[in-house]
Amino acid sequence: MYGSWGKGPVMTLTMQKFTTLSSVAAPIMRVNIDTDAIIPSREMKGVTKDGLSVGMFANWRYTDVDARVENPDFILNKAPFRDAEILLSGENFGCGSSREHAVWALKEWGIRCVIAPSFGTIFFGNCVRNGILPVALPETVVKAFAESAEAGAQTAIFVIDLPSQMVTGPTGDSHDFDIAPADKEMLVEGLDPIGLTLKRDDEILAFRKTDEVKRPWVYL
Amino acid sequence: MGRTLVQKLWDAHTVADLGDDATLLYMDRVFLHERTGSVSLKGLESAGRKVRNPEQVFCTMDHIVDTLPGRGDDTIMPSGKDFITTTRAAANAAGITLFDIGDDRQGIVHVVSAEQGITLPGLTQVCPDSHTCTLGALGALAWGIGSTEGEHALATKTLAVNKPKSMRISFDGELGFGVTAKDMILHLIGAYTAAGGVGHAIEFAGSAIRSLPQENRFTVCNMAVEFAAFTGLIPPDDTTIEYVHGRPYAPTGKTWDAAVDYWRTLQADDDATYDKDISIDCADIVPTVTWGNSPGHTVQIDGAVPDPSNAPDANTQTSWARALEYMDLKPGMPIEGVPIDAAFIGSCTNSRIADLREVVKVVKGRRVAEGVKAIVVPGSSQVKLAAEAEGIDKALVEAGFEWRESGCSMCFYAGGESFGDQERVISSTNRNFENRQGPRTRTHLASPTSVAASALAGKIADVRKLG
Repeated sequence: MYGSWGKGPVMTLTMQKFTTLSSVAAPIMRVNIDTDAIIPSREMKGVTKDGLSVGMFANWRYTDVDARVENPDFILNKAPFRDAEILLSGENFGCGSSREHAVWALKEWGIRCVIAPSFGTIFFGNCVRNGILPVALPETVVKAFAESAEAGAQTAIFVIDLPSQMVTGPTGDSHDFDIAPADKEMLVEGLDPIGLTLKRDDEILAFRKTDEVKRPWVYL
Repeated sequence: MGRTLVQKLWDAHTVADLGDDATLLYMDRVFLHERTGSVSLKGLESAGRKVRNPEQVFCTMDHIVDTLPGRGDDTIMPSGKDFITTTRAAANAAGITLFDIGDDRQGIVHVVSAEQGITLPGLTQVCPDSHTCTLGALGALAWGIGSTEGEHALATKTLAVNKPKSMRISFDGELGFGVTAKDMILHLIGAYTAAGGVGHAIEFAGSAIRSLPQENRFTVCNMAVEFAAFTGLIPPDDTTIEYVHGRPYAPTGKTWDAAVDYWRTLQADDDATYDKDISIDCADIVPTVTWGNSPGHTVQIDGAVPDPSNAPDANTQTSWARALEYMDLKPGMPIEGVPIDAAFIGSCTNSRIADLREVVKVVKGRRVAEGVKAIVVPGSSQVKLAAEAEGIDKALVEAGFEWRESGCSMCFYAGGESFGDQERVISSTNRNFENRQGPRTRTHLASPTSVAASALAGKIADVRKLG
């Protein structure tokens, strides 16, 4: 798994692939959900990508954060949404801090896809680098999805097909979504982006050689 | 067709066109800190990869480090030391320059990067920290990334980036008495919402931007990310060049002259067009504070807390209602006069020497109100030294403020210290999110001088009335 820290060097790095997904979806329909809400600072307790899901949405999910007393009203504490692999949310999801811990927490919890009208830019990039698919759809569509997710509970299955860039809701309505080809490729192939870039090493070194002459002050 | 400044910087750093609007961009600088940079370094290490060109990579201790006097590696947060010692070991192993605890170059990453001349006009720079956009104020293309992208930049000197759309925001006219750069950016986000800049790289323009001193320009660009923008830039001019001159990592001699010639070319062409254009008349801006939990929840100091029933749409209505409950405010109440428990001056938004000089003008000869916890945290060890040389620390302490070591501090519970449960804080920082500064803490964002005036009054105050 890309990013796992074994004892020795990990030479073959691959990310979890994303092709299709069928799951119930948990709606948290607020706008501007920030990464501090997804993983509060005090839940980032070590230099690690692991063990973060227990702190995910800590301030909303627990009535007593320290004692980890669950708030029964929070959607991810309710069946069947506890097992949802899809989140539905309002615009600008994942805004704020760049902390990739937000994505690592969601991933460890089991979230594989977030559907919202828009996303924080850094959060979006962090998702695609960790095998989570961020899907931007018009607000009216996301709201309708949220209603059918709540109404149908365990029978409200959403189907996501990344190769064909299509989401199908429980009522059978399908919606296309856009994704940058490079992001799609990274998710579908589970490729290691560093390895891909290093294949262009000649170009990088050639750029540097020319640039050192043009902008010598850059090169400390 | 003419090119925007962002387009020129994009072109100057293009290693390869990856197709579909994606570009492999050369990264001139990478900066790291102990909270997220540590993860990047450790990730690289475990993958058996090396930092390419470590001489262009820097690291500081700011996010976890304690800001209490006499600090060491220990923090109130039990595992905080792990971040600090891991970062130190990884930075040393990678051969990158670390501004460690006790080094007089230590400080908040975006403050020290400018202060040391590490960021220069026209450079590309990334850091696993969202407020890297601060450095756009030097005319650099600088933005925040995640730790995994950080690994990519460290290992390859490049990043594959999807090109953002372009936006120009012009601030024209003169700022009124008591109105600061912080009020400009809060006004913008309040008017266009916290999602207003999504997907765009912003070029700030206009006479009011051009007349801002360099240190105040950082405040404007700092909050571009609070506007959901990719980043925000200000084209370099005499103010920028004067600021950069003589800084430790800035070029010297003939190289300096060549650099200046190049920097002078870093302007948008006259016929450049933008995907979006916004114009703001500075006569409309007054001291501004936030009342809710989004940086877009702003109110003029002489205004009232909004009523959700007047919200422009259903989402805003829900968001306002929730924020009112969290903040324990009532619709229609004047924001001026709301009692506070604490006042905080610091963070990458407003902690520079220019900020502290303005604060001292407000507080000198006055006292912080009884029962208000008032704290000033300088943005860097250099700012601290400069302030102490000018007697700013003494004036602040005499007025009743705590004076601390530099770091991110109580902007977000760094090192494990926070404000108390449900305390109301007026803060010169950039985020008023729920629980950001402590458990159920109620944060009101404002300019440093508004924070100072409020600390004196014991309630949210209009700095203009102090004269």
